[in-house]
Amino acid sequence: MAQSKSFWKRFVDSQIFWPLVALGLIMLFNAFFTPNFFKLEIKDGHLFGSLIDIINRGAPLMILAIGMTMVIATEGVDLSVGAVVAISAAVATVLINPALGQQLIASDKLVENVTATPLPVVILAALLVSALCGLWNGLLVSRGNIQPMVATLVLMVAGRGIAQLITGGQIITVYFTPYFFIGNGYLAGVPFTLFLVAVVGIFTWLLTRKTAVGMFVESVGINVKSSFYSGVNEKNIKLLVYVISGVCAGIAGLIVSSNVKSADANNAGLGFELDAILAVVIGGTLMTGGRFSLAASVIGALVIQSMTTTMYAIGVPAMAAQAVKAVVVMVVILLYSEQFRNVANRVFTRKEVRS
Amino acid sequence: MSRSFKIDRKYVPMLATICLFVAGYVIGAIQYPGMARPQTFFNLFIDNAFLLIASTGLTLVILSGGIDLSVGAVIALTSVAAAYLMEHTGLSSLIVIPLMLLMGAAFGALMGGIIHVFKVQPFIVTLAGMFFARGMAFFISLDAITITDPFYRTLSLARIHLIGKSFVSVHVIIAFVVLAVFMYLAHLTHFGRTVYAMGGNEQSARLMGLAVGRTKVLVYTLGGFCSALAGLVFSNNLLSGHGLYANGLEMEAIAAVIIGGTLLTGGVGYVFGTMFGVLVNGLIQVLIIFNGELSSWWTRIVIGLLTLVFILVQSTFASMRRRQASIKPARKRPAAASDGLAAPDTPPS
Repeated sequence: MAQSKSFWKRFVDSQIFWPLVALGLIMLFNAFFTPNFFKLEIKDGHLFGSLIDIINRGAPLMILAIGMTMVIATEGVDLSVGAVVAISAAVATVLINPALGQQLIASDKLVENVTATPLPVVILAALLVSALCGLWNGLLVSRGNIQPMVATLVLMVAGRGIAQLITGGQIITVYFTPYFFIGNGYLAGVPFTLFLVAVVGIFTWLLTRKTAVGMFVESVGINVKSSFYSGVNEKNIKLLVYVISGVCAGIAGLIVSSNVKSADANNAGLGFELDAILAVVIGGTLMTGGRFSLAASVIGALVIQSMTTTMYAIGVPAMAAQAVKAVVVMVVILLYSEQFRNVANRVFTRKEVRS
Repeated sequence: MSRSFKIDRKYVPMLATICLFVAGYVIGAIQYPGMARPQTFFNLFIDNAFLLIASTGLTLVILSGGIDLSVGAVIALTSVAAAYLMEHTGLSSLIVIPLMLLMGAAFGALMGGIIHVFKVQPFIVTLAGMFFARGMAFFISLDAITITDPFYRTLSLARIHLIGKSFVSVHVIIAFVVLAVFMYLAHLTHFGRTVYAMGGNEQSARLMGLAVGRTKVLVYTLGGFCSALAGLVFSNNLLSGHGLYANGLEMEAIAAVIIGGTLLTGGVGYVFGTMFGVLVNGLIQVLIIFNGELSSWWTRIVIGLLTLVFILVQSTFASMRRRQASIKPARKRPAAASDGLAAPDTPPS
């Protein structure tokens, strides 16, 4: 009995509890206001329904949130993820599209189900380029001693220009079916993207919780100086988290471009940086760095995605939904802030004194 | 006498930008005769008046050690709200204009208040503010609204002739008035000194007894006001309002401020330099248009690179200043006793 109680208490105290409560509240809202929200159907051997939709649509965000969590845990932030998503998508589609460059080819050849480059090469190239983007950010932050926000801002501004440079300013459409599997495929009746999230999640979990890297990341986030004195190579830790964040953005870029079967340098991954930061904040990892929880961030991403899906379901226009999102996020951040807790504590203690 | 020829190091980034602009323009004018026409030069101001207004407000925010990412979104919101009020409720522009400025200031004050009271990072608050403002713009109208208000139209088409046939719009005059007011505020008032002090070190500013909280809220209020004014100029220029206007403008404005020589960590920089940051931004676009072969996305890449260069230059200056004052960061030489002498930099193992 005591054992289970302590488990419950541990669960309530853990970072994962409040994001789960938030997710539960949104689900509860949907149970009442959105018809057929929990309906799961099996069509053509695949699962269909709003819940599956949330997971499928939320996959890029979940992966971004995992990378962003580690960056924020080192007291950094990566503003360039949206741009890196666009770059990764641009690289992948340009390599697939047979009409590379300015050469003109017959339109029937263009829409053929072929790829100009083998698929593994396409994926590796996109991930490599994203890793390079991450490396660039990491070098500016760790070796250039530039604040993370400023350093990643550079790629955020220039990144979309680079993506446009790669695509030649056009929206590149691809017609190669195997590539669509990444964003639209199903494996054992479940969206393939879910497996991708699982792979990224397990990999980062093993890296941070089964090796000392996670502890180093937290120590850098709590106090850079003392980490340095304790022999932690804080520069390489910072470099590592930005590279991981870059690769995560690259994977998200592949999913996004495969999902919509094209790459739009201007709009692919637009606003992802905010969503990813919000997912991490809702997950309870503080912007000031330190303790982090990958699982809580993934749930934070699900909270945001289900919030978005819910708003679409009740008929809020896509562009207007971000206002609601902004308010929710602000409330969450204020609830987490120390000042708010102090004020709340003071109000409660005052009442006790009066009574 | 030699003292007058010595340039203070604090002016170097701003002077570099001014030289960059002048050199860029002269080279452009030699290359493309069209650029040598005075009107091309004045168009630079006409096309970038709104950016200049927004960046000027942002300069003060950045000088205080903060950041405002909501600039572009507030411009969009103002343009839509103004268009909606004029077209669908029939209010006169004479009422709408002050109303919009008030809204912008109130929005800025709200963000500043949250930043100050709850000690949330300005970056997060204004990021949320950016999404809120853009979302609200789409709540008001999903489509672009054309403005037909007669006074607004007159204002938009008014031309002020300067030399010969060349002219500027009213917007340019507004932008210069804003610039002058902000230069006065930043350099000649108590408020301005507090902003610089806060940007240098907020803790010290507070310990010195300066009204840090009030100044902070005021800085964001002025920032919001400028964004709203920029939004009015923007919508006046196009005579319409839409939620997608000025997308990503916050980044252009931040880049302009940095290129203008202001340190993004705050405390160092000049409002005047921002004008040249904006002009360099405009110049790159003009050069790309005159070139005709380069595509528009080169603007973003060049701006990104220029921003990086200026950040690197600034951080080099900052470390040089530190070395000169021999207040070296402890982690650089943990073993050495601080004897006040500048020792060669020993990087950590």
